[in-house]
Amino acid sequence: MADQTLDAKGLNCPLPILRAKKALQSLPAGGTLEVLATDPGAVKDFQAFCRTTGNELVESSSEGKVLRFLIRRAG
Amino acid sequence: MSSDNADQRSGAKSMSIIVTKGTLDWAYPPFILGTTAAAMGLDVTMFFTFYGLPLLLKNLDLRLSPLGNPAMKMPLGGMHMGMPNLASVVPGVEAAASKMMKNLMQKKGVASITDLRSLAIESDVRMIACQMTMDLFEYTLADMIEGPELGGAATYIEVATRSDINLFI
Repeated sequence: MADQTLDAKGLNCPLPILRAKKALQSLPAGGTLEVLATDPGAVKDFQAFCRTTGNELVESSSEGKVLRFLIRRAG
Repeated sequence: MSSDNADQRSGAKSMSIIVTKGTLDWAYPPFILGTTAAAMGLDVTMFFTFYGLPLLLKNLDLRLSPLGNPAMKMPLGGMHMGMPNLASVVPGVEAAASKMMKNLMQKKGVASITDLRSLAIESDVRMIACQMTMDLFEYTLADMIEGPELGGAATYIEVATRSDINLFI
């Protein structure tokens, strides 16, 4: 279970990233955030976001049209 | 607000954007890239000049023009429809096209420029309003949202000299 879940379904670039960043800030180091999104561009964007910010992309999966990302805040 | 030395903070990467265009379509790239870069930990400075300056006004009524823009094709019933220049000059067509684009953006979950601008301010994006353009078009800081500072070419060049990425949009 993630510490927090962000529902970014229906939002388009760059809102899933911007909302995720905000949510991560409210977590302690090592805390996990689950992001649900439907923007297909989010798959590559969350990879790039995590590579650049040092947060860990623990999981990237999809179920139907809903994409799920699990991110662990950098410590 | 970020300080004047925000771009020297903590060795973070930095980006500057010169914002020169103020139509609804052209307002997006600088605000999308600025907010995203800030979210990715970069120190961001946006310099608003010429037609980009009105993007700092308190009340935005952004429009776009299909005139002379053959690349603008709106999705319509499975097709894509452009607008002939002759039709674009008919009074009311520009307003209608702008309204159509705003509706489309809302339907597709695209943020409004007002929202992206608020997010930029929230994430400490430094905003500089071009003093010369303020004088030229007779604006004062009272017309603008809270946050922007005034500056000129040298102010921007100082920022650009220290930035890892410099964009002109």
